[in-house]
Amino acid sequence: MLLKRIWNDRLAALSLTIVGAMLLIGICAPLIAPHPPNEVNMELRYAGASWQYWLGNDHLGRCVLSRLIYGIRPSVLWVLAALIASVFVGTAVGIAAGYWRGRVDAVLMRLCDIMLSFPGYVMTLAVVGMLGPGLTNILIAFVCLKWAWFARVIRTVILPIAEADYVKFAKVLGASQLWIIVRHVLPIALPEVAVIASSAFGSMILQISGLSFLGLGIQAPHAEWGMMMNEARTVMFTRPELMLAPGIVIMVVVSSVNFLSDSLQKALDPKLMVIRSTNGMKHRYQRKEAALQQ
Amino acid sequence: MLKVDRISKSYRPKGWLNKAHRKQVLHAISFEWDRGECLGIIGESGSGKSTLGRLLLGIEKPDHGIIAWDGQPITDRNVRQGNISAVFQDYTSSINPFYTVRQAIMEPLKLAGGSPPSFMESYAGKLLQQVGMDESYLDKYPHKLSGGEAQRVCIARALSTGPACIVLDEAISSLDGSVQMQVLELLRNLSDSLGVGYIFITHDIAAAAYLCNRMMIIQDGRIVEMVETKQLKDVQSPYAKELLRKVMA
Repeated sequence: MLLKRIWNDRLAALSLTIVGAMLLIGICAPLIAPHPPNEVNMELRYAGASWQYWLGNDHLGRCVLSRLIYGIRPSVLWVLAALIASVFVGTAVGIAAGYWRGRVDAVLMRLCDIMLSFPGYVMTLAVVGMLGPGLTNILIAFVCLKWAWFARVIRTVILPIAEADYVKFAKVLGASQLWIIVRHVLPIALPEVAVIASSAFGSMILQISGLSFLGLGIQAPHAEWGMMMNEARTVMFTRPELMLAPGIVIMVVVSSVNFLSDSLQKALDPKLMVIRSTNGMKHRYQRKEAALQQ
Repeated sequence: MLKVDRISKSYRPKGWLNKAHRKQVLHAISFEWDRGECLGIIGESGSGKSTLGRLLLGIEKPDHGIIAWDGQPITDRNVRQGNISAVFQDYTSSINPFYTVRQAIMEPLKLAGGSPPSFMESYAGKLLQQVGMDESYLDKYPHKLSGGEAQRVCIARALSTGPACIVLDEAISSLDGSVQMQVLELLRNLSDSLGVGYIFITHDIAAAAYLCNRMMIIQDGRIVEMVETKQLKDVQSPYAKELLRKVMA
């Protein structure tokens, strides 16, 4: 049903295919990559594209294509895991705050305020400074910082739902709070949560690549797109394709994720299917900009 | 029977820095509702009638006083079950948007437990017919329904547990004029055929006069006057006279 709706939108179908293929290739990297990603072959230093090495070789003679494929794991898969973890925490906190209101809300939201008062990048750098560079530490920093933002946004999604008349009616019937949250609050909030999460996904991929570019993320010799760009920096003008390859992959993945997040909202909302007002479009873009900015 | 005994309710002003006094919404309200009766609660916005509705439904507790159903407190959900139900004002948010009409009507039965799925299926269709809709609506989603249809579904849903009393909180106020009349007629017919009684909370004295046997007029959280609909013309208090004059004009 949902897939069918996404499939009808050509751009969304393309984005979904790209994202899906990326995830699949990342998971099956050892089966698909033509060479081991860390295999050094000094004879093939900066070799151009060949039938054996489709995208050529880097400064240590490693297969660029294989490194790109293995790079999906930290750049996309691990980011996805961190995203799911922080959305999970954020949703739990957001629902608790938005549904129970009162004291619970006040305490949780002040906690979020504290977390949000630190600038994101600086905090990530601080965590990396304390725990040392490395993918795990960056992911930990991500989860610790992002949950508060998700909690904030998801709380505002929950607030009107918790006030809705069907929730009131379920209370009259004597439904338990768990029943109400699981049946009447969570399903209504999920599309919004999916949109919020997917629009943050793109920016998180960019951040991981950015930090790896700076040498703070994943450590050599493991492959990561941002780090591959950094390694190709010295030969930027003589061998631009070494920098272009990871750069284009990042661009394609991030834009697919963003397009997908847009059409996901359209597909998940039963009302938006009928009316696609210009107003709604504007609203969506505003929210996405807010997501990208932070 | 429902007995409301000297209930009062106040709310804290918003913001914890705000040291203002608690706002008293209801002042020692007492009344009784008998089986099969239709009682109108009339008041303008801010009179506390919706708060009273929430208290009657047991989803909020009064600060003082007690609301009892046959001597049992209404805040106990086992007391509410099968005795009291509700229809609310906003038809756009009264049904879960991801539920079909069937699921919405069956929810109270599921919560009550004890009825087999096959029975609930056929019962849902029967309830829809009772409110003047056919079974083709069962698989529709709420955003495909018009305001009047949605409100009919809500009435069917409220009837599903066979309650003795349905609290209608501004249940027709958001509908168009002619649809309002149809729903009022439906409510009256249901009352005649099923013996169900209502507590009809509204600001619309004309609608209340059509449906109710007795009316309670409240202003600023206090009962101004309790009057039989037949003697509506002979109201005593100045506020009630003023209200009536507005309708007549």
